[in-house]
Amino acid sequence: MLLINCPYCGERDQSEFSYGGRHAKYPALDSTASIEKWHRAIHLHHSSQNLIREYWYHECGCEQWIEIDRDVDSHEMTPVSGADEPITRDQG
Amino acid sequence: MTGCLRITANCPAMKYSVFSLLGKAFNGRQKWPKIIQPQQLKPAYDIVIAGAGGHGLATAHYLAKNHGIDNVLVLDSGWIGGGNTARNTTIVRSDYLLNASFTLKNFALQLWDGLSQELNFNLMYSPRGYIDLAHSDGELEHFLLRANAMRLGGANAEILTPKEIRAKVPGINLTRNSRYPVSGALYQAEGGVVRHDAVAWGFARSASSAGIHILQNCPVNDIKVQNGKIAAVSTPQGSINTGKLLLTAAGATPGLAAMTGISLPIELINVQAFVSEPVKPILHAVVNYNAGLSYISQSDKGELVMGGATDAYISTARRGSFTGIEDTLARAMQMFPFISHLRLMRHWSGTADIPMDGNAIVGNTPIENLFINCGWGYAGFKATPAVGWAMAELLASETLPELLEPFSLDRFETGALIDDAGIGPYPWLH
Repeated sequence: MLLINCPYCGERDQSEFSYGGRHAKYPALDSTASIEKWHRAIHLHHSSQNLIREYWYHECGCEQWIEIDRDVDSHEMTPVSGADEPITRDQG
Repeated sequence: MTGCLRITANCPAMKYSVFSLLGKAFNGRQKWPKIIQPQQLKPAYDIVIAGAGGHGLATAHYLAKNHGIDNVLVLDSGWIGGGNTARNTTIVRSDYLLNASFTLKNFALQLWDGLSQELNFNLMYSPRGYIDLAHSDGELEHFLLRANAMRLGGANAEILTPKEIRAKVPGINLTRNSRYPVSGALYQAEGGVVRHDAVAWGFARSASSAGIHILQNCPVNDIKVQNGKIAAVSTPQGSINTGKLLLTAAGATPGLAAMTGISLPIELINVQAFVSEPVKPILHAVVNYNAGLSYISQSDKGELVMGGATDAYISTARRGSFTGIEDTLARAMQMFPFISHLRLMRHWSGTADIPMDGNAIVGNTPIENLFINCGWGYAGFKATPAVGWAMAELLASETLPELLEPFSLDRFETGALIDDAGIGPYPWLH
């Protein structure tokens, strides 16, 4: 079981949160990014690094999206911040 | 090559029969031949299979049996029956709506039926019936659609009323005041359970007695690509040249593929399962609760075998969590309230490799002599013999069998996804 340190509410049980997956960077919607670029952005997230940055949604708490750095093997985590912009766009 | 590895002693596996059993019984149960023959590792093979799970070993078995190819090495970083093949809840069924998923799993179900005889190894296939519970009229409508699709595909499927469910599962809670009342079920009579570690050992024994080499506790540390083709795999036992390479290592596959420069559209997610203490026979069928997910069957030893959804976040921990246990057990208790009196006896978890559309990736890769079979998530056990059969055909003939066409790696780029549940690119929700 994970204990997530919400930057707004403090330490809360994982069951209060729902998962938002990896921090992702998508091409801008009005850009002329290639299919290949979209494919990479949507599908090819896996890396052999254990430390990942990810989103959680504090559904049964402050209802804010937060970003966390977590080791996917040890589950050690550091809350990064509230995710004011849940989708970070590049110049794609 | 470093190190001399095994003493060669090429005796074929003993044929098990009632006479061999009696003979050994009077013999103090001594001198049973080894299931895997001791073999001298060669510097080169026609085919190397990375991953000695059910799928890898089934592929080896059918390479020998259907195609007469035995210059094959199956490697595993762990031991046989130590990975996902022996970490599942042993359920087999083919109740899928989409053609690609249904056809492959239904072919597997037909193969399960004759495999114990074929392998001369008791896989304990028990077609005790699979009951998928619906909890609303809408869900039952969907099950009717799925049952009709299955029947059009040549499988048996029935819709059960609560009264008919009661006849098959007397202990089930069908009261209307439960949290998610049961409105009916989809029933597949041929569905059931297969003894999972027997599957791994049965295929291993058959492949080994055909002359295929199997090496446990030997990880692939690197893959050598030369002129755009796989040349060799590097292992603690030395470098081994190969004509073709198949990656079929479940959660370890993305890491192996990365050694060749290929990224896979997969996330790794923890799945848990557990058994209760053994009790007298109470549950004959396999039953699945669909408001959330909780599937349950009773083993021959009397334990209730239970599993549920994934842990729903990226994890390679292979550890349990109370969140997962509570989630699955709360649903199991909705079906069978008496479970609250039982204690859990064992609990384990495994790393599920779940692709972005929730369906497996099987077939060719951008590298000509590299083949792949992964992304089975927590749904791969039931498909084992069919995948082995089709993958052997692909490795032998280099022509993609029709059965595997929909499962290509490039479908993520072309958009031809096979998303059985219609969920989208969120592997933790599949």
